[in-house]
Amino acid sequence: MYPADLKYTKDHEWIRIDGREAIVGITDFAQQQLGDVVFIELPEVGRTLAAGEVFGTIESVKAVSELFSPVAGRITAVNTDLPSKPEQVNSDPHGTWMIRLELASAADANALLDSTQYGELVK
Amino acid sequence: MSQNSATAPKRTPLHAAHLARSGRLVPFAGWEMPVEYQGIVQEHLAVRERAGLFDVSHMGEVELAGRDALAAVQHLTSNDAAKLKIGQIQYSGLMTPTGAFVDDLLVYRFADDHFLMVVNAANAAKDVAWIKSQLGAFEDVSFVDSSARYALIALQGPVARDVLQTLTGVDLAAIKYYWFAHGEVAGVRCTVSRTGYTGEDGFEVFVAPASAIRVWDAILEAGRDAGVVPAGLGARDTLRLEAAMRLYGNDIDDTTSVLEADLGWIVGWNKPGFLGADVLRRQKAEGVTRRLVGFEMVDRGIARHGYAVLVDGAPAGTVTSGTQTPFLKKAIGMAYVPAEATEPGQAIEIDVRGRRLQARVVPLPFYKRQRS
Repeated sequence: MYPADLKYTKDHEWIRIDGREAIVGITDFAQQQLGDVVFIELPEVGRTLAAGEVFGTIESVKAVSELFSPVAGRITAVNTDLPSKPEQVNSDPHGTWMIRLELASAADANALLDSTQYGELVK
Repeated sequence: MSQNSATAPKRTPLHAAHLARSGRLVPFAGWEMPVEYQGIVQEHLAVRERAGLFDVSHMGEVELAGRDALAAVQHLTSNDAAKLKIGQIQYSGLMTPTGAFVDDLLVYRFADDHFLMVVNAANAAKDVAWIKSQLGAFEDVSFVDSSARYALIALQGPVARDVLQTLTGVDLAAIKYYWFAHGEVAGVRCTVSRTGYTGEDGFEVFVAPASAIRVWDAILEAGRDAGVVPAGLGARDTLRLEAAMRLYGNDIDDTTSVLEADLGWIVGWNKPGFLGADVLRRQKAEGVTRRLVGFEMVDRGIARHGYAVLVDGAPAGTVTSGTQTPFLKKAIGMAYVPAEATEPGQAIEIDVRGRRLQARVVPLPFYKRQRS
């Protein structure tokens, strides 16, 4: 259910870390809770984020939620296809990335949940 | 999404049917109601393109009967109930003495001296107390809260008539918009009205609670090939907003007058006195200072209930309803704005969580179905 090669946060983001780079999205649990996603607002490339900092907004028909960065880092890319196809978050949550980060520190990632821990959290 | 309540939420007679279809149940107005089944967007589109089936059994029903029933309805509500023929329905307001809304409702004329009113679930207890408090002046009127006698099922969408017709001997084509008939649906005694809260053609079926699941399942079965799906309160809200139908507690309440809500068409100006009539007559003569309008976002963003509206940079009103609509695929909403800022095309700004986004006033409704 929750891919083992991703890490997770209690705020229901996932992060795929590859060396000093990482991509971030929201979990299947998060998209189920939100319902149909109709709007996503993503940040500018180049912004530096602290761990836990808000980097964007996601809205379903009924609700507004903020997006939190799982780790500290600098934004090197955003998924520019996403604002025009927000429904991708519902259909493929773990395959739909939102931002790419250059990590500030490798140590940050230790605070994240693995797939088993996250699976327990949302059970 | 959730709300705390000291008492367990009530369940409609269709509760088991919602569980069987994996409806996502949430607390709403003291009831446990399905907010969605497959998803709000799919259900919304199904209603616009085919049909959706809604459980609206949480709605309240109250009845007034007796020689003075018409006089009582005339006193309590804004519209002119004397114009109703037997079998006809009107949208109306249950009035405060200040011309605002205790509730909004549908008034059904069952007989010359017998009316049924369908009221909002969240207001049902308040409405009952209010109506009772007003009946002292009428000699021959009996009043009953008959909410528990009815389950209410709404089939809404362009195929609604054809699907429902396969289950009933009632000639549905002969029931005009805002009229009703009694008859059998799926072998069960029902009252069928051509009404709804979606902006589509459709019917609402009043049925005894014990037979509700039988009628519900029969409609879904009869409509399977035509693509009829169960639809939840989430889609009901986005559908009604596209059709610019007011939602009590959002767009209207006991502080908004009928004219401020731009519902002058539900005021019976020529009928004898009714609660709030003097205030409404004065507002009609002098004009209102604020009015409900529709708007579309110009900048990217979604306006939501409670967001501030600015005109020329100054705070000027509040968004009452707003969403990104699944069918029109636009961010729309309704808001109270100063009377001088109500013309279509008027530029306004919406404070979306600290950012001022451009929007413009547009005519209502946002969506109007093509009548065949």
